[in-house]
Amino acid sequence: MPEVLKAPLIVEFPFTRSLGPVQSAFLTGLRERTVLGVKTGDGKVLVPPVEYDPVTAEEIRDLVEVGATGTVTTWAWNHEPRPGQPLDTPFAWVLVTLDGADTALLHALDVDGPEAVHTGMRVRIRWAAERVGAITDIACFEPHESAEEAQLKPYDGEFEDAVTGIVAPARLDYTYAPGRAQTGYINALAEQRAVGERCPSCRKVYVPPRGACPTCGVATDEQVEVGPAGTVTTYCIVNIKAKNTENAAIEVPYVYAHIALDGADLALHGRIAGIPYDQVRMGLRVEPVWREGGRYPDHYRPTGEPDADYETYKEMV
Amino acid sequence: MAKEPVAVVGVGQTKHVASRKDVSIAGLVREAAQRALGDAELTWADIDAVVIGKAPDFFEGVMMPELYLADALGAVGKPMLRVHTAGSVGGSTALVAANLVAARVHGTVLTLAFEKQSESNAMWGLSLPVPFQQPLLAGAGGFFAPHVRAYMRRTGAPDTVGSVVAYKDRRNALKNPYAHLHEQDITLEKVQASPMLWDPIRYSETCPSSDGACAMILTDRAGAARSPRPPAWMHGGAMRSEPTMFAGKDFVSPQAGKDCAADVYRQAGITDPRREIDAVEMYVPFSWYEPMWLENLGFAAEGEGWKLTESGVTELDGDLPVNMSGGVLSTNPIGASGMIRFAEAALQVRGQAGEHQVDGARKALGHAYGGGAQFFAMWLVGAEPPSS
Repeated sequence: MPEVLKAPLIVEFPFTRSLGPVQSAFLTGLRERTVLGVKTGDGKVLVPPVEYDPVTAEEIRDLVEVGATGTVTTWAWNHEPRPGQPLDTPFAWVLVTLDGADTALLHALDVDGPEAVHTGMRVRIRWAAERVGAITDIACFEPHESAEEAQLKPYDGEFEDAVTGIVAPARLDYTYAPGRAQTGYINALAEQRAVGERCPSCRKVYVPPRGACPTCGVATDEQVEVGPAGTVTTYCIVNIKAKNTENAAIEVPYVYAHIALDGADLALHGRIAGIPYDQVRMGLRVEPVWREGGRYPDHYRPTGEPDADYETYKEMV
Repeated sequence: MAKEPVAVVGVGQTKHVASRKDVSIAGLVREAAQRALGDAELTWADIDAVVIGKAPDFFEGVMMPELYLADALGAVGKPMLRVHTAGSVGGSTALVAANLVAARVHGTVLTLAFEKQSESNAMWGLSLPVPFQQPLLAGAGGFFAPHVRAYMRRTGAPDTVGSVVAYKDRRNALKNPYAHLHEQDITLEKVQASPMLWDPIRYSETCPSSDGACAMILTDRAGAARSPRPPAWMHGGAMRSEPTMFAGKDFVSPQAGKDCAADVYRQAGITDPRREIDAVEMYVPFSWYEPMWLENLGFAAEGEGWKLTESGVTELDGDLPVNMSGGVLSTNPIGASGMIRFAEAALQVRGQAGEHQVDGARKALGHAYGGGAQFFAMWLVGAEPPSS
């Protein structure tokens, strides 16, 4: 079996977060070197604060200031920090119960090695030099011998110029593998041939092939060369550039068409060019146009044949 | 043992808007849930389980948001689960919740669906780059536009039908205080003059991008007996699926949609939907889907759906009103859109739809679809308890 193709697939977006009143106060507080918790109905102090009582489900808004020092309740050593983590040298992930709080906050502890960490050790916040109203305003925690200070200060949560939203960039790194059937199809396309697969049960020819027939649920492996010409079964004229997507690079208007290649039993999708966009029509006969080194046809253009009769392709409309 | 009859005793929605920057996702869902509890005159303690739904996680970038929403929805110490069937999820979420009551697993269930589209960009979320493939597709509009053209070709519908639907739904939205779009000065000419985005679909024939949530309280007979307001009773509910693409798939009128409707009608004893159903809330994100679904759902013969629309039958004062609330065309918090259809159908038979109430509505259909027209979820609700 030929080697299956693989390629990196990166999914990345700068998501936004509307904070709501409680997270807004918490993050703005960090900017001002003030750690806020929230009191629940049974008098517990949650840090980080939440909007709704975990026991009664009531809305909770009673904010209090807790200490910048606290106690490690548990930890795990991170020997190989990844990009975007709080520190770029090995550190301990710690849960810290800040003085006055009843729950622990997850953060990083800057120490030389795991032998320097223990549950119950006292630590304090190391503030970031530049603070913007984000969890990263706490650069990390550091060891700090001090007595526990249980004094809670009520806090109105009101700040000048409060942070109401944050940007939370997310990135996922995948390795995409299209599988055996698609690999065969993609490799054939690189040789400017369209190769589908026939279902042994219903005899339908799938282009691109998926390796199995979605109707019969059986594996397909009989390769069938189709095309190169085909018929436009339906289409739309795209008049807007889609922001944030890769096809934003295509000049508009362009015609996005369903094309039934000769010998295929369902249409694939392609761009029609070489004809004014407003003259594209259902039944138009087209053929692929290749670019040097392209993995797939750049677009399809009219073959010059008479249009296909509607009866010949209406099952695919 | 027969199934337990299921009643809708509470409905709550947020005012749907382009961006709710003042609340977190938790704050947004909380608003809808509180309103549903208020409508039912119940408290968090009366809820036995929570079933929530939303569209793909990429729409907000919060993986498994149900985990973080447990406290906002009073689910601590109770079963909570999430349903996911793309755009139809609001409908299938309600059905999963209803089935828990029908099976007597729980007495009273809170079901809720939401989307906060402003946190991300749905067009991006639906157009992730796939290696080795030409990037051509741009969001849902580009995907569905060729199927609209296919419908026009198959039926010979005049190209004005899409604008008639949009004009109707936007006017209906003016009577719904929760609708996102309130275009006070809408005219048919304005719809027809709006730019073509994905020809044959015009800008004004597409749904907006909304932040919003919708919640319902579903309960058993005992719960319904305590309801302060008239309940809506579920007479039938079904879901069907099919692959996104397969040889022989009918994108214009998918088999899964026909089968789903037939199952609901069988459960509800409906033999002539056009005459027996008083109002329909169907999932129409692009205006042409109204005539398409009228056929798929059996309200019109194949090729005839557009005639109902064109002749005014689906207007608020027509004899088969469709999307009295303004529909998805006026409000689209994607994950919630299906549940809004189900909830609006319930409001109609409860007589609680306010200015967009259809006089004397006794039976109403709620409909949702999703994915590449491959997931379908529907329910039929009535003013009276089911007879069997």
